[in-house]
Amino acid sequence: MLDFIARRLVSIIPVLAVVAVFVFLMLRLTPGDPAAVIAGDNATSDQIADIRAKLGLNEPIWTQFLIWIGNVLQGNFGESFFFKKTVAELIAQRIEPTLALATCTLIFAVMVSVPIGVMAAYRQGSVFDRVVMGFSVLGFSVPGFVIGYCLIYVFAIELGWLPVQGYVRIGVNFWQFLERMVLPSLTLSVGFIALISRITRASVLEVLNEDYIRTARAKGLSNRVVLMRHALRNAAVPILTVIGLGIAILIGGAVVTESVFGLPGLGRLTVEAVLSRDFPTIQTVILMFSVVYVVVNLLIDISYTLFDPRIRY
Amino acid sequence: MKIMRRTLAAMAAGAILAAGSAPVLAQGKTLKFVQNGNLTILDPIWTTAYVTRNHGYLIYDTLFATDANNVVQPQMVDKYEVSPDKTVWTFTLRDGLEWHDGQPVTSEDCIASLKRWGARDAMGQKLLDFVKEFKAVDGKTFQMVLKEPYGLVLDSFGKPSSQVPFMMPKKVADTDPFKQIDSQVGSGPFIYVNAESKPGERHVYAKNPKYKPRSEAPSGLAGGKVAKVDRVEIIEMPDPQQQVNALIAGEIDLIEQPPHDLIPVLRKEKSVQLVDWNPLGHQFIYRFNHLVKPFDNPKIRQAAMLTIRQEDYLKATVGEPEFYKVCTAAFICGTPNAFDVPGGLLVKPDFEKAKALLKEAGYDGTPIVLMQSTTLPVLTNMAPVTKALLEQGGFKVDMQSMDWQTVVTRRTKKEPANQGGWNIFHTFSVAADILNPISTSYMVANGDKAWFGWPTDPEMEKLRDAYAKETDPAKSKALAKAVQDRAIETAQYGWVGQWYGPGAARGTVTGWLKAPVPVMWNIEKK
Repeated sequence: MLDFIARRLVSIIPVLAVVAVFVFLMLRLTPGDPAAVIAGDNATSDQIADIRAKLGLNEPIWTQFLIWIGNVLQGNFGESFFFKKTVAELIAQRIEPTLALATCTLIFAVMVSVPIGVMAAYRQGSVFDRVVMGFSVLGFSVPGFVIGYCLIYVFAIELGWLPVQGYVRIGVNFWQFLERMVLPSLTLSVGFIALISRITRASVLEVLNEDYIRTARAKGLSNRVVLMRHALRNAAVPILTVIGLGIAILIGGAVVTESVFGLPGLGRLTVEAVLSRDFPTIQTVILMFSVVYVVVNLLIDISYTLFDPRIRY
Repeated sequence: MKIMRRTLAAMAAGAILAAGSAPVLAQGKTLKFVQNGNLTILDPIWTTAYVTRNHGYLIYDTLFATDANNVVQPQMVDKYEVSPDKTVWTFTLRDGLEWHDGQPVTSEDCIASLKRWGARDAMGQKLLDFVKEFKAVDGKTFQMVLKEPYGLVLDSFGKPSSQVPFMMPKKVADTDPFKQIDSQVGSGPFIYVNAESKPGERHVYAKNPKYKPRSEAPSGLAGGKVAKVDRVEIIEMPDPQQQVNALIAGEIDLIEQPPHDLIPVLRKEKSVQLVDWNPLGHQFIYRFNHLVKPFDNPKIRQAAMLTIRQEDYLKATVGEPEFYKVCTAAFICGTPNAFDVPGGLLVKPDFEKAKALLKEAGYDGTPIVLMQSTTLPVLTNMAPVTKALLEQGGFKVDMQSMDWQTVVTRRTKKEPANQGGWNIFHTFSVAADILNPISTSYMVANGDKAWFGWPTDPEMEKLRDAYAKETDPAKSKALAKAVQDRAIETAQYGWVGQWYGPGAARGTVTGWLKAPVPVMWNIEKK
């Protein structure tokens, strides 16, 4: 197992190297000059050239890359072109809302989607099953921002139960934090619930047709025990895989959801950085997202062993 | 299950402990304000961004300020004198001016601030060209000695919009003008609360208890700046729909300028009001690239100008006539330098004449590269109108859509249009930025040093210089007209209409001053 983990961790290095080169080149090759954005609308060409020189953007691309990657290897992610802060400071400031949103979404989505997926499989062909499947199609099809606006209209504007937007840090006021997490988490979890419930249903259905399930039933075990102990545990691997892959959906969804609900997280930071061509921030955030994605999927792989003893690394 | 309970209990305990160590939430009245964009840069001399300018007005003060009638009035300055030959200006500061750190505001601070501003701002640069030296006479008095009389001293010091000559402590103002400042210490009516401000989330300003407002009533950006709330929070909220939702729900108090398409939603709400805080509004322009074909030929530029019909642009971008004005004056209708352009130019196109001019100029049918910004809603529909009008006038047009940041980058390129350059793009200005030939960057015609498009016209520069030196208001006005006439004659750029965008406020908010900038003093919240 330790060997496996070590090998996987080492395999992160080429992935990050490719991501680093790709992101760096993409940013330099696509149109957009941070100096022109910084200088503002009334700036002259000379002023823009001065700013570009100060930012080191006149150096050849490979020199810029070597300087950047050299600093990254020493743990220095550079300073944002716009915020007068280091990128590490910016990320530290913005990570809490994103972590909170991702955690709430994940917990909520798993708590809802796995039971309804199991029930849909157990009652295959029933009205409940059709409703779940219909919902999952809807969940995939409707964009997150539409769901967000609808929820805001109903729960914040019409009923006035929840705030429209904003974020209160968990340490400042826990209940206000929770209040402000409900709608964004609901919005972001709709697609996730659709995905997990569908996969759960399919996996459980497959397992329910296995001989050992028939045997368990023949032994007189209750439906609950058959479903939870025998069927769900054996169906867990594909479900876990989808949850791992779904982290990418969460990251992508956070960009939209944070913008709609005014959450000052990493998703919004990414949008702001892209729109203003804040190269050091974009590069670091994307690198960080890549690390998160790879590490989460490593953890998911490790967790397979908990559910399926046949899997050995 | 036990583990889960224990985990939840631990989380709750952690949250409570963390709450105990959190900063105490402010008491008193807090005004929550949403601007048109995110406030990322806190140095109003380093950038021309309007959101940064607004931040500047909260924490800094100015030597002079423009009132509601566009007249420059003393602000930090108590009195000033001009020598008979108009080359020595002596300014004396008001008593009791203090920086937020408790230090007194001195002449040296003001001189350093003016020098830093003059290194970055176009109007400041022009002024400093005429300055022989600054001299601190004493702690409260300083002199500006000019090489020759300059007619725009007060207009420059009272410049209302970006970049505003804000006063900063000398140690801050001594920062390289091309580097951002580190300190947010000013002497204005509000103090920036660094500990509670989180970029991307909110910026917090506390009322400056030691600020000494002028005794006059507030007027525009001049007069007494009395803070009537204890705290202002600039809330970062990028989505306009959410801004409106939050205002209706009472989560924020002010929106700088909601998009025109959301105004009907706000009108239906009894709890909110629309506030016309910027009566001068804005002006749309379109800019030719004078360096590359075909607009290096003045006849072809004139042909393009002949196709302009302002109302088409205004209808397409703003919609409601209530929020736009057809205006042929380059320096904004309703201001001292406003002059109509005769002959229906800019309002009534003459496509046949345009075609004839194109033929005469030998236009070879090369498509005009027109850059369309698709990310600033107020500009998105400009380019399609230009395309349609130019095509009716005999041009071929290649409209290329891109985000605004790409426009901003590409407009710096001087290469021919088919090699990554451009021929035309659109933008707009706050009216306060373009009230005279010196502050209007579009009028600059000194080639490489001019604004994007880089026109070269020695005659225009002569007129602008004459305007800058002229101290007689009547003669200044005549020179402003001559500058506008010259811009039309050479088809330097096209101004294609004025538009207005009201702010939105909760019904409980009063006292939002009419000024070119959204200012937070004088505002009360019930």
